[in-house]
Amino acid sequence: MATTLDKVEVVTVGVGWTGGIIAAELAKQGVQVVGLERGKARSTEDFQHIHDEYRYAIRYELMQDLSRETITFRNHRDERALPMRQLGSFLLGEGLGGAGVHWNGQTYRFLPYDLQIKTMTEEKYGKNKLGEDYILQDWGISYEELEPYFYKFEQTAGISGEDNKNSAPRENDYPTPPMKETPITKRFKDAAKNLKLSPYHMPSGNLSENYENPDGQTINQCQYCGFCERFGCEYGAKSSPNVTVIPTAEKTGKFELRTHANVTEVIYEGGKATGVKYIDLQTGEEFIQPADIVVLTSYVMNNVRLLLNSGIGRPYDPESRTGVIGKNYCYQILPGATGFFEEEKFNTYMGAGSLGASVDDYNGDNFDHSNLDFIHGGVIAITQTGKRPINNNTAPNDTPNWGKEFKSQSIKYYHRNLAVGVQGASIPHRNNYLSLDPEYEDIFGYPLLRLTYDYTEQDRNLHNYLTEKSAEIMKEMGASRVEPREISDHYSIVPYQTTHNTGGVIMGGDPETSAVNNYSQMWDVENLFVVGASAFAHNGGYNPTGTVGALAYRAAEGILKYREESGQLVKIVNDRKHA
Amino acid sequence: MTEKKTSKMSRRRFIKNSSYAAGGAIGGGFLGTVLSKNLFGNNNENQGQKQGATNNESTNYNQALMYFTRQSDFEILSSATERIFPEDDNGPGAVKLGVPFFIDHQLAGSYGRNDREYMRGPFYPASDFQGYQTRLKRHEVFDVGIQAIERESKNQFDTSFVDLEGEQQDQILQKFQDGEVDLKGVTPTTFFELLRSATIEGAYSDPLYGGNNNMEGWMMKEFPGNYMSYINEIDKKDFIKKEPKALRAHIAH
Ligand SMILES: Cc1cc2nc3c(=O)[nH]c(=O)nc-3n(C[C@H](O)[C@H](O)[C@H](O)COP(=O)(O)OP(=O)(O)OC[C@H]3O[C@@H](n4cnc5c(N)ncnc54)[C@H](O)[C@@H]3O)c2cc1C
Ligand code: SF4
Repeated sequence: MATTLDKVEVVTVGVGWTGGIIAAELAKQGVQVVGLERGKARSTEDFQHIHDEYRYAIRYELMQDLSRETITFRNHRDERALPMRQLGSFLLGEGLGGAGVHWNGQTYRFLPYDLQIKTMTEEKYGKNKLGEDYILQDWGISYEELEPYFYKFEQTAGISGEDNKNSAPRENDYPTPPMKETPITKRFKDAAKNLKLSPYHMPSGNLSENYENPDGQTINQCQYCGFCERFGCEYGAKSSPNVTVIPTAEKTGKFELRTHANVTEVIYEGGKATGVKYIDLQTGEEFIQPADIVVLTSYVMNNVRLLLNSGIGRPYDPESRTGVIGKNYCYQILPGATGFFEEEKFNTYMGAGSLGASVDDYNGDNFDHSNLDFIHGGVIAITQTGKRPINNNTAPNDTPNWGKEFKSQSIKYYHRNLAVGVQGASIPHRNNYLSLDPEYEDIFGYPLLRLTYDYTEQDRNLHNYLTEKSAEIMKEMGASRVEPREISDHYSIVPYQTTHNTGGVIMGGDPETSAVNNYSQMWDVENLFVVGASAFAHNGGYNPTGTVGALAYRAAEGILKYREESGQLVKIVNDRKHA
Repeated sequence: MTEKKTSKMSRRRFIKNSSYAAGGAIGGGFLGTVLSKNLFGNNNENQGQKQGATNNESTNYNQALMYFTRQSDFEILSSATERIFPEDDNGPGAVKLGVPFFIDHQLAGSYGRNDREYMRGPFYPASDFQGYQTRLKRHEVFDVGIQAIERESKNQFDTSFVDLEGEQQDQILQKFQDGEVDLKGVTPTTFFELLRSATIEGAYSDPLYGGNNNMEGWMMKEFPGNYMSYINEIDKKDFIKKEPKALRAHIAH
């Protein structure tokens, strides 16, 4: 029997970037917030023995324990989905700070084009550029409206960067200057300039200098230690919820964190969310935490799963193309090219998670697509994130992956290869979606989330075009041998790609086609806010978290507003009226 | 043990850290003298030197079996890892790096038991894109795979795997990678991929796990291990070679 606890004003499910931002913003205004996090507490003190590639980057110690819960996966609707038994394609977060502990910190803003992708694409290329099976939707908010929230997140995180004419327009400079120039970033920029592109230093959540954010939290200067992505920062130099919004929330005395608290359901009665049910993983006890407002900040997968398992919202059906929960799942397409340098060695073992240089010339609609068979594009970048030896055994394509030749070639090229890579946009397709699995369950007996996903024609065409552009840059950088990347026959759940999963509880202006409004408030349940990349109507040509942060600040404002006004915060605009 | 085995498993003299620090005798050209002692054979009186793998050649008590119950299985594993990551001009191979012990120790713990992975049924055959789908845990996969290596070797060459020529051993392993062997409960490619990746992990993980002996895996690759900061070097043009450091340095005394 579940024990019912005293009611609180706001409860969040998960305490990563989104949960931390909501907690900090509300607690600062005197609102009582309880944060339920299934993992354990952790802070900089836990990261002093972190330079261990095997433990953290290979055995994934900071990430989700799949023995309790995972997702199932299939490429196509007519296949049987099978459980993702081991982490691979993406690395789900677990524990205080979520994936914000072990991210890289590459912090971009989505483009104005992203937010109005349907309108702008149709205006320029007509109604049927991609065909019927693709689901383009505007996000229900313009870039101008969202601009201040982007800045708010960048200020909290202290992002180090510089402006660029092809990127989203900025009202303010970045809070801190760009990271250091290195021979690798310089090489990329020189090549890009020779090709008449416009390179800039990658906006970084590994800070170029010591910084105090507006909430009084200090983030230290990055030491370029080379153990960043998949690791926690031993210096408190990587922007993470743990060194920013979580201590800010805690300082107010209004925030209560409960770790090892695994939420299983949102309690839904009379059209409202009245609280959540959770299990204390250390004692096995079940609790009901009643709340005035429930906020899901549990990342894409569980934001969707909790809604479906709680019977909230209308599940998406790819056949009839009705419903919204689970719709528009997107990922990230990864074009690129590897260059091998016979005569040079680079200090690639040094680096930082977002040390790099980028160009946006082939992102969004910054280039004409009239004669191309795809829309959008992606940021093309070089990074110097610190190559560690287990995971980096790059050798020319014709090398076997074991034996004598493998060994000598992978050793030879360890410091002699560089890669130019793209975060390619991912456009929703009717057959790519999230739903409940009919067969597999978590340890508590709740259905797992089922992912149905494969690459589309759009993805392949985008991939090929941007791979070509990447290879041109790599060639211009002077590589002795350039190998373009290939997109696999089908999406695979095995090799790591990115943890840039998006969609499933998407935002928009129309409750028929979207699940939340531009405050991340559910159309169907006014006191339930669902925050995170789950709200992305498609995935843009950048890493997501800059935009996730902006939407979280916007959601926090919406929650405060809702406490005053109640009801729906956004007037319904019905897209189809204009159709 | 046959002659073949002895030469295949032969070991070079241990690299002294000092020579590395002094200017890098390691790299392409290092060829120490050959010290041919087989690793797990009869020379028990020499255990310290054989398996010690430390500079002062004291006994490494960590090099004993935590998972395998039969030394013969462990030797098959050892021979297989050495083919995957062989000794060459760059430096030591899997055996000398301690990779077999690394794998043995990993199989005895959470890695071998798939502790943090979803192991609930039902189990169905998978497409190539759906990943690990066997009810066997990793330690069981290694059991099944190692027995099958021996079986294949006997079927094809009428000889135990450890006594085959290197190229013959490669042929056997290649069959597993190509999925041309019948295994019970797991696909041969799943086993091979585990074996392959575990070998590389053992060669390059921090020496605290029992592989990467003396950080020689890192030295071959010129990976300096665990440094706290590169802030004063990150913008330098030339390649900077550093003496490697392991996590041991982080333990306060
Ligand atoms: C290796 C890696 C590198 C990355 N690099 C970048 C990058 O360079 N740039 C970028 O923009 N993005 C990057 N990302 C993505 C970035 O980390 C995420 O976008 C961001 O952290 C998401 O924040 P979130 O709060 O939405 O979710 P999370 O950080 O995942 O937090 C969700 C939290 O909810 C908890 N939770 C989930 N379900 C439950 C439940 N049922 N009950 C209780 N708690 C629950 C989880 O334990 C977790 O702590 C990277 C991600 C990874 C893994
Ligand atoms: S690279 Fe910088 S931000 Fe990343 S972990 Fe190292 S010191 Fe921290």
